Amino acid sequence: MKLISRFTLFAGVALWCAVPAAAQDLGAPPPPDGNVTQVPVQGSNNQPADGLSFTVTDESEWQDMSIAIPAFATDRDQPTPANAQGTAALGRAVGDVIYNNLRNNGLFRPVGPDSLPQTGYAQVTAPTFTGWTQRGTEMLVQGFVRAGADNRLTIGCYLYDVSLRQEIARDGWVVEPSEWRRAAHKCADMVYSRLTGETPFFDSRIAYIAETGPKDRRVKRLAIMDSDGANHRFITNGQSTALTPRYSPDYSKLLYLSYVDGNPRIYVYDIGTGRQRLVAETAGATIAPRWSPDGRYILYSMALGGNTDIYRVPAAGGTPQRLTDTPGIDIGGSYSPDGRQIVFESDRSGTQQLYIMNADGSNQRRLSFFGGRAATPEWSPRGDQIAFTHITGNFRIATITPDGRNLRHLTNSWQDEAPTWAPNGRIIQFFRTERGSGRTGLWQVDLTGRNERRLPTPVDASDPAWGPILP
Amino acid sequence: MKITHAATALAVTTLVLAGCRSRAPEELPPTPVAPSQTTSPSTGTGGGAAQPGTQAHFEQSVNGQNIIYFDTDQYNIDATDQAALRTQAQYLQQYPNIRVTVEGHADERGTREYNLALGERRANAARNYLVSLGIPANRITTVSYGKERPVALGSNESAWAQNRRAVTVVVN
Repeated sequence: MKLISRFTLFAGVALWCAVPAAAQDLGAPPPPDGNVTQVPVQGSNNQPADGLSFTVTDESEWQDMSIAIPAFATDRDQPTPANAQGTAALGRAVGDVIYNNLRNNGLFRPVGPDSLPQTGYAQVTAPTFTGWTQRGTEMLVQGFVRAGADNRLTIGCYLYDVSLRQEIARDGWVVEPSEWRRAAHKCADMVYSRLTGETPFFDSRIAYIAETGPKDRRVKRLAIMDSDGANHRFITNGQSTALTPRYSPDYSKLLYLSYVDGNPRIYVYDIGTGRQRLVAETAGATIAPRWSPDGRYILYSMALGGNTDIYRVPAAGGTPQRLTDTPGIDIGGSYSPDGRQIVFESDRSGTQQLYIMNADGSNQRRLSFFGGRAATPEWSPRGDQIAFTHITGNFRIATITPDGRNLRHLTNSWQDEAPTWAPNGRIIQFFRTERGSGRTGLWQVDLTGRNERRLPTPVDASDPAWGPILP
Repeated sequence: MKITHAATALAVTTLVLAGCRSRAPEELPPTPVAPSQTTSPSTGTGGGAAQPGTQAHFEQSVNGQNIIYFDTDQYNIDATDQAALRTQAQYLQQYPNIRVTVEGHADERGTREYNLALGERRANAARNYLVSLGIPANRITTVSYGKERPVALGSNESAWAQNRRAVTVVVN
């Protein structure tokens, strides 16, 4: 006992010794986040009626809705650190971001700034409804960009129902110049939420693994980007293989696997400081990291003597607790949104299948009873579905309800793997591997399985991990 | 000289594999002694004079049997693997100062995280067998690369069979 504790102490001390970033394969940390402060904006002449509840629930209807998004207007065109050409050009860029968010996700039939007349600043709160009606517009998104004396930007966003000639929603945000895209995402989220009744998802980020090089010498780097691919940034330099990242619920940290010391081990990377530490001092390799929904615990799997089990450790550090103890590979736990249950993958029955247990490891039982193997379960943030990789010859993204029923396949390709949920549980991202070449890319699909698209990334990409909605 | 030597090793490997059961790769790996990133460079002066303690010497001495292969999703050590591991054990008994790492690998037709665990399981199976033959456990470490480091690049059964492997590598 004494020996063990002394070893732990030694290991703990060693852990706190500063290791130069170069030896950890880390690049410069990302810049700190600025605040996005919600501000009241002036109402329009067509105030929302009290109790108006405009919620379309049938997707086929709202996906055909015609939405116009002209360039956002400005009170005084002036250059800012966000855009040297001025706030008018920035207003057009804001409109483009909103247009692309809605268009790329197959949600609506938006028309963007490039196809619409510029609206004036005064019209933002007093739209010319007759003109929009003639264009066949059903919903109108207008807004403004104003530069303050301190260079901060105020961006206002208005949603109008053209046929009702009425304002449906409005919001405003004050942002640092570098954060202007976040206000555009917030506006797109407001429009999406108001029209679909769903919770927002555009103002969020994705961590993933950027891949380059030939199949037998693939370079795999940890990278992050906004949900639309903007603000792309590499975190590791690529000297050692990085895999399977996960954003912490507050975006302050990234869990990921690195071979930086020669063995596969999970690290906690602090985005603010650009430093990292081992998730736990362990004898064996650690793989498959996951956060609890409140960010207080980390799940990981440790391979020891050919047997792999799931462990839970406090995120702040502490003694790991083993949750599974059956012979075989137990791996990849995903918490229910309330933190009470964990769905995981185990081959204790002979092949990879989904199992469920209480958060303390009790009451373990099998969940998947259908053909093939089932891997990489991810519980939806809404709690109503579990996404996973269904291996039946091909690898397909599928969902079941948490009682193990209602199996649905969302994709059908040679190798689709590792689903991750949009913050609102309506869209799933995954990575697709090309047969032969081994090239990888990020894809996403909605829960109908009808709207599938590839996400643009600078290089090949795998292991997407979608973070929650930003505050 | 080096080329001649590789050809000899290839021939030997061919003979060894010819005697294998159905699970043996249908196609041979491009190089029978696929260099690992942790492989030490050959210090051989030609003519098979690689120095003891180098990866090249080890591979020569075990006739390329530093790699064992597994069936899909399996990690059991069959008769062919046992013969290869016995040859490895003889070498390790002859050179008691040499330490090795067993690298466990999986084919691309598994999910990434599971394959990391599966690679560890395979490396550990090979290690356990070496230990059962009397090699001290502290001379053998394991590392799993899952499906991250294939040697055969195709997406077909023969490539996958070559990639489901445990490779013993000399550590300096």
